[in-house]
Amino acid sequence: MTSVPRATSQAAPRAGADLRIPLLYLAMAVLLVVTGWIMGANYALTIVNMGLISAIMALGVNLQWGYAGLFNIGVLGFLALGGLATVLVAMPPVVEAWEAGGLRVMAGLVLGFVTILGLVQIWKRMAPGRARTWSMIVFGVAGLLVTRWVFDPGVAAVEAVSPASTGYLGGLGLPVLLAWPAGGLLAAGAAWVIGKTALGLRSDYLAIATLGIGEIILAVLKNEDWLARGVKNVVGIPSPVPQAIQLQNDPDFVARAAQLGYDPVTASTLWNKILYMGLFAAVLLVVLVLAQLALHSPWGRMMRAIRDNEVAAEAMGKDVTRRHLQIFVLGSAVIGIAGAMMVTLDGQLTPGSYQPLRYTFLIWVMVIVGGSGNNWGAILGGFLIWWLWVVVEPLGRWIFAHLIGVLPEGSWLAGHLAGAEAHMRLLTMGVLLLLVLRFSPRGLIPER
Amino acid sequence: MTEAYDPLRDDRGNRDISITKIGNPPVLTPAENRETRPAPGAVRAFLTAEAMVGGYGRGANILNGCTVAAEKGQIAVIVGPNGAGKSTAMKAVFGMLELRQGTVTLDGEDITRLKPQERVARGMAFVPQTRNIFASLSVEENLEMGAFLRRDDISRTMEQVYTLFPILKEKRRQPAGELSGGQRQQVAVGRALMTEPKVLMLDEPTAGVSPIVMDELFDRIIEVARQGITILMVEQNARQALEIADMGYVLVQGANAYSGTGRELLADPMVRKSFLGG
Amino acid sequence: MEPLNALVVFLNFVFIPAAAYGAQLALGALGVTLIYGILRFSNFAHGDTMAFGTAITILVTFALQGAGVTFGPLPTALLALPVGIAATALLVLGTDRSVYRFYRERKAAPVILVIVSMGVMFVMNGIVRFIIGVEDVVFTDGARFVIDARGFREATGLAEGLALRSTQVITLVTAAVAVALLFWFLNRTRTGKSMRAFSDNEDLALLSGISPERVVAITWIIVAALATTAGVLYGLDKSFKAFTYFQLLLPIFAAAIVGGLGNPVGAIAGGFIIAFSEVMVTYAWRKVVAYLLPEGLEPTSLLQLMSTEYKFAVSFAILVIVLLFRPTGLFKGQSV
Repeated sequence: MTSVPRATSQAAPRAGADLRIPLLYLAMAVLLVVTGWIMGANYALTIVNMGLISAIMALGVNLQWGYAGLFNIGVLGFLALGGLATVLVAMPPVVEAWEAGGLRVMAGLVLGFVTILGLVQIWKRMAPGRARTWSMIVFGVAGLLVTRWVFDPGVAAVEAVSPASTGYLGGLGLPVLLAWPAGGLLAAGAAWVIGKTALGLRSDYLAIATLGIGEIILAVLKNEDWLARGVKNVVGIPSPVPQAIQLQNDPDFVARAAQLGYDPVTASTLWNKILYMGLFAAVLLVVLVLAQLALHSPWGRMMRAIRDNEVAAEAMGKDVTRRHLQIFVLGSAVIGIAGAMMVTLDGQLTPGSYQPLRYTFLIWVMVIVGGSGNNWGAILGGFLIWWLWVVVEPLGRWIFAHLIGVLPEGSWLAGHLAGAEAHMRLLTMGVLLLLVLRFSPRGLIPER
Repeated sequence: MTEAYDPLRDDRGNRDISITKIGNPPVLTPAENRETRPAPGAVRAFLTAEAMVGGYGRGANILNGCTVAAEKGQIAVIVGPNGAGKSTAMKAVFGMLELRQGTVTLDGEDITRLKPQERVARGMAFVPQTRNIFASLSVEENLEMGAFLRRDDISRTMEQVYTLFPILKEKRRQPAGELSGGQRQQVAVGRALMTEPKVLMLDEPTAGVSPIVMDELFDRIIEVARQGITILMVEQNARQALEIADMGYVLVQGANAYSGTGRELLADPMVRKSFLGG
Repeated sequence: MEPLNALVVFLNFVFIPAAAYGAQLALGALGVTLIYGILRFSNFAHGDTMAFGTAITILVTFALQGAGVTFGPLPTALLALPVGIAATALLVLGTDRSVYRFYRERKAAPVILVIVSMGVMFVMNGIVRFIIGVEDVVFTDGARFVIDARGFREATGLAEGLALRSTQVITLVTAAVAVALLFWFLNRTRTGKSMRAFSDNEDLALLSGISPERVVAITWIIVAALATTAGVLYGLDKSFKAFTYFQLLLPIFAAAIVGGLGNPVGAIAGGFIIAFSEVMVTYAWRKVVAYLLPEGLEPTSLLQLMSTEYKFAVSFAILVIVLLFRPTGLFKGQSV
């Protein structure tokens, strides 16, 4: 597994490299300010908040790819797990559902777990051969049937509890901020299981494996209604900061807003977003500091040594698989945290909206465009690509509107173009990715 | 030429110092050429690679002015200690690395700047040391691929190859990867012969085959040369190779240390002492 | 006990659909495996290549239908297929020229090419959405059934009907023809042999005078034909939706890897293995079992191992098992 080729100027002048990062960040800030100036502060803040989350996602992917060369394209799955954690932690428990079938569901889960443990034991204890294969098949199918026999009625009972509003077990009813570390833990746990089986595969096999895992996690989220209502979505997830409505009902806030010359509605939406921004920025800062410390520690250097020459590192006695597992789990945890933050910001979990192109491959574009192996690059990429993703659509609409104006009235092409600006995004991202890979493969802020 | 060297009695093992004799190998320097002739310079042979200087990519020079040449139908052998640049010299003749100095001419035409594929079209064929067959293709398909550039009827050439290597005809439907080491080498040589080359270049054709198979292969190579094909060959089994060589080149550090006919080199005490192991 | 009815149900709901799906996957996996064998990377844009070819074919089909041209009992899309193939071939050749060739000449690591193919995937996805949008498109016409359920029941007197849709027959026949053509080409023609030679030993192929650019170009054309055919057959059998084709990437890759990447026979076997596993694991066996068991012993549950939403999990599980225990696939593929 190698990283992006180092074809471009290896020894850039030191002074230029030092100025490059602040200049690029300044340019990004200017872009955001201009966007805010044209489209309004609220719009810009929305972009910034999601940009912060995107930056954290990009840091997670950069840990795996930039530091270690692990090709994970199951980002979507880990994000979704983080989102699931938010529901499980922050939503109030549905007592009725627990009474109806909660225990049965839990028992079913335990049985399923026992079945898997049993399979592992058979695999380990019995001698390889036909007997083992058949034992595993028989035990596995039997275990599955028994599990389903216990599990399915429980699920049916849970899902029957006022399906329009709940129909699921609910969560623990804890403060929503706890969901962020919990999301990290959940994603890390899943990453550990996946890493145990799939790491050590060749890079493109690992890619396919993680792609599959992502799809499966999403399928579980969409179909297991008892868990998080599936495609019926969980809405009304508690917010860690005062909502706009709450603020508007707070006379103190209204008075202070009036002092500054804002009407309460605008002020409350802005203030809500600014509070979120503070929280997200704090998380980003913590993750960045930890990632930088890790990168420059002996551990980080070893990780990059492994990435650049796996065989040599292995020959020097480094436990490559173990190191890979560590960083895979860490990176996935960061992605999980970001997933939890995203669901918190939205206030809802909508599994139907998790599209691989948006939540896996776009993050990859961020990392590669920003500069894989460089945390500052990943963060810049997160902001820049997210900004582009958002503005391409209105920009496309504007361009097409002019194009259509030029075309003859009612022509076929004009009608076709009218609805097409929504598809500009993918095209732009693809072209951008290809251009960066071709002309600046080390990204905007290359690895040092 | 005291105590005559008797090829029939002498053992066939590899006496190459660099492989079998560890410790204190006599040091060869390019300048110590005493009894044998200097490398052919002014005389243009059918295939002449003159004063080649070059290395891989931007790396250091591996060849430092080395010259090899062979007339039509001759067998020329390049020998030398490990790391002397033998294979590199051969690859340079075939155009697989760029020369910084020197020229390669074939039949009077300067081919120094041609790509390997263009040299194939000019009548040169090359058998690499490893991975020299299409393992998943049948023997017959290997030969067909050898003749890929030809547009005329190849069945006659294929018959000739089968006459040269009868075992290949027997196994022509088998995947080449399933054959024994010696048979694979025959496939490799046969594939190269399919272009009806004027020059056949072999990079250590006997590496990893048993002594009996080696003799057999050398016999076939002589047979090929008798048909008027020039042979340029790199060999680790220096003694056996020089026995069949019309011209021999001992390379040291990428330059000619000794050159002469195979007989002359075998008889030269310096070559024998320092290189052939006595 | 009514084994005949059980058999009919099995054929109707498991065997025939799985065979058709398997043929579609096999054609897709052949494309992936050829790219891997010749260009030596896993092409993530393959699903979108299929989608592009299908989208063009659909447009031409609609144009033909609009002009009143049909293909008798066969779907008009088959008439439009060559146009779709040609357009796709142009697209992938253009992509190779403008994108992939650069990395090939620099001998980039395979994983870089995989990332590049992700970029291509984005672009193609965007193009497909531009052309045809994101909605479900049904474009099959002609006769719907070769055998329909009611006719079968009346003819045989069995309680269960057997329906054989014409798209299923067309899928199997077209796939068989395509595979036969491909193998004839690879094993019997000079160009096909040179492709195999190139895939086997690139350096020696160069020494033999085989032109890599020509081999690569021909590979792309064949891949375009296979991908478009696979996509059109899948679309005829089910329906066309850009996103579904992207999702086909997983079972297609699973099929190619299970069979052994780079091995065409393996790709076909892999396609059927994945398809049959998916269908059999997600099928509710109650009806079949009910016919097989003595009366009064009918099972109460659905006898379904997994719900259909988890069919990805099936391909994935097979993929992981094969990768862990036999990394070169069931039929030995390349391990580059």
